[in-house]
Amino acid sequence: MHIVICIKQVPDSTQIRVHPVTNTIMRQGVPTIINPYDLFAMEEALRLRDRHGGEVTVLTMGPPMAEDALRKVLTYGADRAVLLTDRHFAGSDTLATSFALSQAIAKIGESFGTPDIVFTGKQTIDGDTAQVGPGIAKRLDLLQLTYVAKIASIDLDAREITVERRSEGGTQTLKSKLPCLITMLEGSNEIRRGSLDDALRAARSAIVKWSAADAGIEDLTKCGLRGSPTVVKRVFAPPERAEKAEQIDTTEKTPRDLAEELIAGIFLRQPALKSELAFCGDA
Amino acid sequence: MLSTNRESPPPAVGRAAMKKELPEQFKAHRHVWVFIELERGKVHPVSFELLGEGRKLADKLGVQLAGVVLGPPGEFTWFAIAEAFAYGADLAYLVEAPLLADYRNEPFTKALTELVTTYKPEILLLGATTLGRDLAGSVATTLLTGLTADCTELDVDADGSLAATRPTFGGSLLCTIYTLNCRPQMATVRPRVMAMPQRGNNQIGRVIQHDVPMIEEEIVTKVVGFLSDGLSATANLAYADVVVAGGLGLGAAENLNLVKKLAQTIGADYGCSRPLVQKGWMPADRQIGQTGKTIRPKLYIAAGISGAIQHRVGVEGADLILAINTDPNAPIFDFAHLGVVTDAIRLLPSLTELFTHRLSPHSRDKLAN
Ligand SMILES: Cc1cc2nc3c(=O)[nH]c(=O)nc-3n(C[C@H](O)[C@H](O)[C@H](O)COP(=O)(O)OP(=O)(O)OC[C@H]3O[C@@H](n4cnc5c(N)ncnc54)[C@H](O)[C@@H]3O)c2cc1C
Repeated sequence: MHIVICIKQVPDSTQIRVHPVTNTIMRQGVPTIINPYDLFAMEEALRLRDRHGGEVTVLTMGPPMAEDALRKVLTYGADRAVLLTDRHFAGSDTLATSFALSQAIAKIGESFGTPDIVFTGKQTIDGDTAQVGPGIAKRLDLLQLTYVAKIASIDLDAREITVERRSEGGTQTLKSKLPCLITMLEGSNEIRRGSLDDALRAARSAIVKWSAADAGIEDLTKCGLRGSPTVVKRVFAPPERAEKAEQIDTTEKTPRDLAEELIAGIFLRQPALKSELAFCGDA
Repeated sequence: MLSTNRESPPPAVGRAAMKKELPEQFKAHRHVWVFIELERGKVHPVSFELLGEGRKLADKLGVQLAGVVLGPPGEFTWFAIAEAFAYGADLAYLVEAPLLADYRNEPFTKALTELVTTYKPEILLLGATTLGRDLAGSVATTLLTGLTADCTELDVDADGSLAATRPTFGGSLLCTIYTLNCRPQMATVRPRVMAMPQRGNNQIGRVIQHDVPMIEEEIVTKVVGFLSDGLSATANLAYADVVVAGGLGLGAAENLNLVKKLAQTIGADYGCSRPLVQKGWMPADRQIGQTGKTIRPKLYIAAGISGAIQHRVGVEGADLILAINTDPNAPIFDFAHLGVVTDAIRLLPSLTELFTHRLSPHSRDKLAN
């Protein structure tokens, strides 16, 4: 079985600032991590490989420094890492990103064997869109299983897979076929620690680096800014609220006094709640 | 929609100037569509919130607002259409097929994509639910158009473009995104971010039925089971009128009983900040915030919660935010309306006790049921 997992290197800090003049995001000096949701996808992929045999290829698109994230996944036990990096990808929105990644996955298929499953995390913590997974699936014409909490069973001979996926009101059990694309929910499995062997191997491993051309991407108009139908017109900090919370003075007051004042404060501001909850007394 | 390698885009003005004359094939695109999410026979309330928002956009553009219903033949789809009219739709599109009974990506993508290519909407809105996000991504990629996820504000600018504002980087920043040169302009919006509009009395209007030739045998993925979360309160957290939540400041899992008790006393629902979920003190569907639920209650009581930006974005829509925190400099006081700097573990029992006394026998009976 060949499994491809897509990961993304994301800024660790939430302290991202906007450049006051250019209105662009300043990421300099902010440490990076692997998108946490991708780790759950990685764990699931490694478990499947450990159980059923085969190989796991990890793929990312990003700047050259994203190599660090790939090496990390190698220390967890992935067999191969591919970095898709090219200035032509700069400014990609989710449509352009899913195009580039899908082309790279197709190339991985040609080079190392067609994947049976492509995994992604349910979303990234910087973009938060949950769109790249479905985008890749559509581009590669793969069956799409999103928000998967658990892979219930997999039958490699019948090429069948059964998963449990979260929906708004419950958990859906779906039976589908391989190959497919799965986006993985958080918390499905405890993420392994890398072994010493894997760490040594990872340090020695070469990372496959592909430019757009290497990945077989001919049409560069589908990449980067040109391939992105959406454009970011303005980036700004959430507006500050003018006034701070009105503070209840706590000096020499018992919890009961404070509770009295809080309840009075609530009903002063939301008299309707009083009748709705049918409170009585003069709180 | 901010994605990989966006870190050094050219200045904003330059990007906006990329707009050219809309390609000929998109010029016929008109009207605002709202996908009416119907899962297991019930309309998801986010669809009504979107109809309210869609109405405003349609009015600004001087176009019509349509609800789009995909579902199995039967009364549920027609009920959903009637509700769409009651919440402001001018017309409705309907695809009825037995294989649209449970949500699956393949047939829903096919049906919605075909409706769009046939009837050409200018704007298409979906809820940012598990279903909506699954479907929107596939449809946008099939149509090769732009999709902006989890918007918190939608507007139409002077030249008629959809300006979609969404949080990015976990809510630390907002960005306004345009879809230039492609149609439809697609966006998803999380439940409870937009206000619920007033429900009108009109339940009739023009319904355009469309057939999409699909047979069950062509659909690979099969639904073999569904386990409902049932009528547990968790499903209603986003729609609760009063919410009490606890944070890491409560110190220990058992102190969450103080939160639950207060919630129970005043007929509220309860939730928590993210670290509590990570510690396993509360289940994930109780988490409030950017990666949890967005709530919009009339009253929100936050006990021992610092008010990090990721929490803030999930509660900002509350009418009245009351914060209990030992640290006078906690960020929650920057957006709460009423604050008290004190130990929540001591204050919560007193609040519960006092509310118990104040609750009329009538409402006590009501809550007991
Ligand atoms: C990508 C990403 C997504 C995230 N999504 C979410 C999300 O959806 N929801 C969310 O909540 N967080 C989210 N977070 C986490 C968020 O950044 C904060 O870490 C989290 O909200 C903090 O939780 P807290 O306020 O309970 O804990 P803390 O930050 O530890 O704050 C505890 C507070 O309790 C106060 N306190 C201590 N003792 C007492 C006492 N006895 N009585 C009263 N007050 C007391 C302290 O002064 C402090 O302000 C996310 C983070 C990231 C990176």
